[in-house]
Amino acid sequence: MRLSPITRRRIALFRANRRGYYSLILFTVLFVVSLFAEFIANDRPLVIDYRGTLMFPVLHGVSEDRFGPDFLPTEADFTDPAVIHAIEAHGWIVWPPIRYSYDTIVKNLPSPAPSPPTWRNLLGTDDQARDVLARVIYGFRISVLFGFALTFVSSAVGIAAGAIQGYRGGLTDLLFQRFIEIWSGMPQLYLLIILGSIITPGFWTLLVFLMLFQWMSLTGVVRAEFLRGRNLEYVRAAKALGVRDIAVMWRHILPNAMVATLTFLPFNLSGSVTLLASLDFLGFGMPPGSPSLGELVAQGKNNLQAPWLGITAFLVLGTTLALLIFIGEAVRDAFDPRKTLS
Amino acid sequence: MTLLAVERLGVAFGARQVVHDVSFSLDRGETLAIVGESGSGKSLTALSLLGLLPPGAVASGMVRLDGTETLGAPERQLRRLRGGVGGMIFQEPMTSLNPLTRIGEQIAEAMRLHRPITLAAARRRAGELLDEVGFHDAASRLDARPHQLSGGQRQRVMIAMALANDPPLLIADEPTTALDVSVQAQILALLGAEKRARGLALLLITHDLTIVRRHADRVCVMQRGTIVEAGRTDEIFAQPQHPYTRALIEAEPRGRPPPLAADAPVLLEARDLKVHFPIRRGLLRRTVGAVRAVDGISLRLREGETLALVGESGSGKSTAGYALLRLTAASGRVAFAGKDVLSQPKPAMRHLRARMQIVFQDPFGSLSPRLSVGEIVAEGLGVHASGMARAERERRVAAVLAEVGLGEDALHRYPHEFSGGQRQRIAIARAMVLNPSFVVLDEPTSALDMSVQAQIVALLQRLQRDHGLAYLFISHDLRVVRAMAHRVAVMRAGRIVETGTLEAIMGAPQHPYTRALMAAAFGLDGDGPGSA
Repeated sequence: MRLSPITRRRIALFRANRRGYYSLILFTVLFVVSLFAEFIANDRPLVIDYRGTLMFPVLHGVSEDRFGPDFLPTEADFTDPAVIHAIEAHGWIVWPPIRYSYDTIVKNLPSPAPSPPTWRNLLGTDDQARDVLARVIYGFRISVLFGFALTFVSSAVGIAAGAIQGYRGGLTDLLFQRFIEIWSGMPQLYLLIILGSIITPGFWTLLVFLMLFQWMSLTGVVRAEFLRGRNLEYVRAAKALGVRDIAVMWRHILPNAMVATLTFLPFNLSGSVTLLASLDFLGFGMPPGSPSLGELVAQGKNNLQAPWLGITAFLVLGTTLALLIFIGEAVRDAFDPRKTLS
Repeated sequence: MTLLAVERLGVAFGARQVVHDVSFSLDRGETLAIVGESGSGKSLTALSLLGLLPPGAVASGMVRLDGTETLGAPERQLRRLRGGVGGMIFQEPMTSLNPLTRIGEQIAEAMRLHRPITLAAARRRAGELLDEVGFHDAASRLDARPHQLSGGQRQRVMIAMALANDPPLLIADEPTTALDVSVQAQILALLGAEKRARGLALLLITHDLTIVRRHADRVCVMQRGTIVEAGRTDEIFAQPQHPYTRALIEAEPRGRPPPLAADAPVLLEARDLKVHFPIRRGLLRRTVGAVRAVDGISLRLREGETLALVGESGSGKSTAGYALLRLTAASGRVAFAGKDVLSQPKPAMRHLRARMQIVFQDPFGSLSPRLSVGEIVAEGLGVHASGMARAERERRVAAVLAEVGLGEDALHRYPHEFSGGQRQRIAIARAMVLNPSFVVLDEPTSALDMSVQAQIVALLQRLQRDHGLAYLFISHDLRVVRAMAHRVAVMRAGRIVETGTLEAIMGAPQHPYTRALMAAAFGLDGDGPGSA
């Protein structure tokens, strides 16, 4: 692919901001690793060799009666010492590094839950005896995925709306602006509470609901860029050539608007992560039991005698948001036309 | 003792030396012009005299102003010199004045910085200064803010500020470039009058040889950071020694458009063309009036003919060009090749656009920085010949680039790698690739250096001869118009005030505005000091 010189210069500028560049690498590594959370923190073994047959319980359930006549034909429970014993008598087991999933209840804790960090539970357990490290890994993944999904869907809608407003101008613009003013006056949190009393919000319902309000964050910027862009001389030249409106918007004006958009994007992403965490903290977010950073913050607040909960929540959320902000700053610098490579 | 002596002045940005070895001197009562094209280092030379260089630039050599060495002088001393000994006038009067402060206060501030003077006295003196620079109602204008003044009036305020402390030296950095031609002459006349009345030394930085010829006693010609030739104005113009000076003087656009066939059919006819922008007020945004940008003009263009549309900025000439191409909403009738442009349905209009094209003024703004030159030029083919094979399309683009004088290697490069003149060639290629029969040229040479202007004019003449193009040539520069046009229409405030053949307009201009334009372009009489 041939990159335009502007793009190449921006990449060079981004890489020149070392803090942002390393933040991006670190964040990417953490995110990719967390995508494979099931292989890192799980209460099911990765591989079982039982009487010469290889099984992969991490991928699909295994019936318990395969391990001997004493067991029932139900899904195998690998936290049961009897099952482990039966398998190891005729084969071997490969475990993930952390032998707990986000919802595994840890048995035989040395002290009542929440229990402090030990070698078995590196970050301790929460008040329902679940391993905090496992929950953090899953929680990070769901937070970031939710943030990405919300940011990209709402940005796409927002850019399209802003583009139409700015390009058409006039009455379209006027009506759209008034609609946005009214729409942004809606009490989001109350609506969410009402929604929560009707249905149990899940990942997708929350996503759609928040998208209904989040898309407006970019519309103003994109609208302004299109208002400006439609009078640029090269846009006029394209119109004089007879290029269709859609093509003019896509090929000539959108690249300008994307500068402002991409600059905002990392900040919107961190805003979305915070939004989900705060809803979870208040109890209006993901369904109970889901791994969530906001819920961990709430636990830390309710269990001040167990500081590992609060500290973990703070560090994980803080690091995630700081990385995103550092990346965002580097992106902003890269798009700054006055910035020079030196 | 000379007032200003500059010896071996150099300016560098880091390792890049942009001005080197510049030496000149200037005395009271004398006008020295530094002339050169953009990027020649003439403005940096002027800025370095009072220690006003932008951050990152370092000056070397020696500058002695009124007996004081200014390079490396402490900031306290520089502040005394700035305004006190050397007043400065900048190119853009809108951005040189503080938009929030009344002009009386701004002039008074310039005085109060340099000497103890009461507010009332400073204000009185500011009124006198405004009167001196040609404000009829000076006392009442003291409380005006910059946006309430015209461009020429703002430049007069700048001159009043520069003169507020009676400095013996006035540095004018392109003082008229941002102004309309009719105002330019007035400002230059004012500068000349002040120079004579106060015995000023005037350092005039400009790219315009007409100004130099009329106003300067001596000239320094700068090219790429050095003075290539210096001497008395009349001698330099009579016998330029350096090839660059010769090129500059001979750079005036030359030639004449190809003769027009007597039976050339009418290609484009506009009748009572109007472009009104509504002014809306109040809660319900009711239309209370309209800006009549183009107010009922009629014009006719035959095949192969060039009609020059001449007028100052804001006269509506560019808007009229856009309206003819239906790039802005307009009313009236525009017939192009027998079809009514303003009422064509969209698909038919798209079809028509292949035959009517436009070239814009600013070669930096009219090319998308994100597309390669090949993509830019091929864009029209993508619309009008979408079935064309890729190889054929590339061949057409390369052929048209060659026609405007660019090599095939330009195809895959990006606009920023080209100079202003080359970029204008790219813009012309983009219009030409569709083989149009009518092209609107919207000030295609105004943003270019003089020597490049002549090349672009020659190119446009050749294209017209080879393809029988009809041009609508929008310009305020009659020197270029003389080389391009068969007929001229003079526009003012949305209306055509005078129209006729080039010879008629040039020979016997009827309208006062036309005469002012002639004076600005060819140095004829017909202007005098007065309020702008």
